[in-house]
Amino acid sequence: MTLQAATLQAATLQAAIATNRFGLGARPGDITAAQSDPRGWLEAQLAQTGTPPELRGLDSSATRLDATYAARKEKDEEARKPLRDALREAYRDDAARRTRAAIATDAPLRERLVHFWSNHFTVSVSRPIVAAAVVPYETEAIRPHVTGRFADLLLAVTRHPVMLNYLDNAVSAGPDSPAAIRRQRGLNENLGRELLELHTLGVDGGYSQTDVRELARILTGWSVAAERDRDTGTFLFRANLHEPGDKVLLGQRYGEDGIGEGLLALQRLARHPATARHIATKLARHFIADAPPPAAVAALEKSYRDSDGDLGEVTRTLLRLDAAWAPEQRKVKTPTELVISTARALHGTVHGSEMGHGSETGGDGGPPTGHADPTVRSLALLGQMPFAAPSPAGWPDQAADWAGPEAVVQRVDWALTVGEKLGDGIDPRQIAEQALGPLASDATRQAVSRAPSAADGLALLISAPEFQRR
Amino acid sequence: MSPILDLNRRHLLASLGTAAAMAAMPRVSFARTVGDQRFVLIVLRGGMDGLAAVAPYADRDYGSLRGRLALADPNAQGGVLDLNGFFGLNPALADIHPWYAEGQLLVAHAVATPYRDRSHFDAQDLLENGTVTPHGTATGWLNRAIGQLGGGQLEGGAAGRRLGLAVGQGVPLVLRGTAPVASWAPSPLKEADGDFLDRVAALYAGDPLLANALKAGLESASMADHALNADADMSMDGGMADGSAPKAKSVRLDPAQLGETTGRLLADANGPRIAALDLQGWDTHTQQGTTAGRLAGALGNLSKVLVSLRAGLGPAWSQTVVAVVTEFGRTARPNGTGGTDHGTATAAFLAGGAVQGGRVLADWPGLADDRLYQGRDLAPTQDLRALMKGVLQEHLGLDAGALNKAVFPGDGSPAAVPGLIRT
Repeated sequence: MTLQAATLQAATLQAAIATNRFGLGARPGDITAAQSDPRGWLEAQLAQTGTPPELRGLDSSATRLDATYAARKEKDEEARKPLRDALREAYRDDAARRTRAAIATDAPLRERLVHFWSNHFTVSVSRPIVAAAVVPYETEAIRPHVTGRFADLLLAVTRHPVMLNYLDNAVSAGPDSPAAIRRQRGLNENLGRELLELHTLGVDGGYSQTDVRELARILTGWSVAAERDRDTGTFLFRANLHEPGDKVLLGQRYGEDGIGEGLLALQRLARHPATARHIATKLARHFIADAPPPAAVAALEKSYRDSDGDLGEVTRTLLRLDAAWAPEQRKVKTPTELVISTARALHGTVHGSEMGHGSETGGDGGPPTGHADPTVRSLALLGQMPFAAPSPAGWPDQAADWAGPEAVVQRVDWALTVGEKLGDGIDPRQIAEQALGPLASDATRQAVSRAPSAADGLALLISAPEFQRR
Repeated sequence: MSPILDLNRRHLLASLGTAAAMAAMPRVSFARTVGDQRFVLIVLRGGMDGLAAVAPYADRDYGSLRGRLALADPNAQGGVLDLNGFFGLNPALADIHPWYAEGQLLVAHAVATPYRDRSHFDAQDLLENGTVTPHGTATGWLNRAIGQLGGGQLEGGAAGRRLGLAVGQGVPLVLRGTAPVASWAPSPLKEADGDFLDRVAALYAGDPLLANALKAGLESASMADHALNADADMSMDGGMADGSAPKAKSVRLDPAQLGETTGRLLADANGPRIAALDLQGWDTHTQQGTTAGRLAGALGNLSKVLVSLRAGLGPAWSQTVVAVVTEFGRTARPNGTGGTDHGTATAAFLAGGAVQGGRVLADWPGLADDRLYQGRDLAPTQDLRALMKGVLQEHLGLDAGALNKAVFPGDGSPAAVPGLIRT
């Protein structure tokens, strides 16, 4: 092989990694587009801050919360049902739009970061009060900040009405606040705890139960405008819920300062070394390996500290790590990654909305499992309906959680279903080349080309380890 | 599923290469080691409020401490269902209340794992890993117990039979480890079979993670098909092939289906013997309620699962122990928002025909302010591991040495509670 040919081959491999590991899977043409400068192709996406067209014109979270409150208030069962149905439909429609945005985007790294941070700051339809507003939450609180400062992201999330409702802070009252004294209300430490454990310091970040309580006290008053208030469904600081007096969080004293206490606490938490470590570890686990190399975590941690939590800079540091570009595909795709990358691989080849297949079964008040949109239906079938994570910790990010026996069989069954639905008239060898490029092994190429039908060929490609991993 | 598909799945198991392993393995039979005893572990995720599920209504501090979350006395309207004159069951568990009188329900109270902080995720990890440290090991105690029962290797005769069963998508940590376990979850997808699976299995030859998972998953699928006897409601009619809509299976099982199906899988003579399943909805920070509300809803689901599990097991119920556990309890006092926050000790249940029930096991710490753990939670006076060890020892026949060394290792591992099982 000539030197030139070898260089080209290496660049193609890097491009395949760029599109599959850092992006959301290659569409036809993506690997070629990324080939001349795979890292530059990704870095350029960090500057693309616009809202994807699929998500433009989405209702605001305030509109959705307002409608949710109205449905709750309606006592007449017959009048309430259509209101509730409309809210459920709104969520499903949002979920489909969000999924379509991920399939169509030219900035898949940015979209992946949105998904990552949205999962870090999980809210879930398991709480009906926020169910209709989860996608607007992402659009308002997460999306604008994924390459900005972590402190800004943290503030946007913590003061967002959906988070304040999801983790109960909206109704939390300082034990000595006027509201508590008058109406027997009191403290709820749910947000205070998860903010420390999940959002910032991490569970080993060196805080105590006292700190949980102090942060909860600091955040009392961070609430949501109700029906009787102006601007229903927006952030509202309720001074009458705020706990008066001094607080001490992580050894630092917070003098009485109303909403200012929380603002200061979030700033300090964003700068805390434990937060840097926690964020670095999660990013490295997401992009490199379930058990990421300590040197990679350390590099990201340093980048976070040196840049004062500039997430764009931390992402650029990640893109410069050799470990992140190792050819071995160490991450097993989550169902979301699998479904979206499949749809991207087939982009322009088949009508995307034909993908997947399932049935309208609906839950009894649980997250809906049926949907008119086949990609969303596929997500529900494979166990990762958007914004339906089982707890505030969000979806797990390790193979053990997604590649269990039942799950792998289901993924293969799903691949077969996709093949049967969409394989007709396509050339799976070409799809393999465009989606995986040099990542496709000889065994996979051979299996795809020798498959008895295009349907089976496509199903084998989707089932192949190189496609199940990234 | 049609018999032909079933055969194809089975054919594949043979072709996945267990033959060589089988020849090298001593023919230890699960049946001989374990007998017909069944064990089901139900994990209530989110932290069940033990003081609301099993109320110490006669404790003199109960009413004032619990305030608006206090349940009424047994003789009052909507009151608790009496157990022993001191404790009463939440009315949402009415369907299993008769089991107490039958001697098939045992309540343990003021129970906790060794975990003393208040993170769900660490607490669940420790509950499942069986050590004294969150994330102390990547395997679960129930998987290690299965390993001790000879389930660490595939035995001869019934190739692919697995002692453990994970119900639902994914295998919970408590069942993860070196012993292969079956898993079962409903799915409306068309099932891949025969030739196609052979091709996929060949592609996975160089990927042990996917290869092992596929093999184990197919074995469970085959087992489940057999145990469920190709029930029309649970299977596909192959409608996709001719373009018609497939018959839907319910993706989210309701609690009754979940319990019944689990029971039927365990009842199968050649099926698994040990199952784990999760129930969600216990993290009641708001709108907890008493006889109605979020907690009553969750308790109602638990009750439905237990009742239908018993129905699904049929006669095998008499050889069954069901343990219902959670990662921690909740604050003894209501919080400021009509709920409770993360706490420490709670209640646990043992149910089943094999349980020596009809009693409440508790070294009751009391609810006076100075008796509460850190002034806020029900104080732990018994270790959940001691209960689980008692069940594993007397019901499944594990010896004490193995329990301490392999299943629940770590400092201060408490002695097994004797006499939990009917003799």
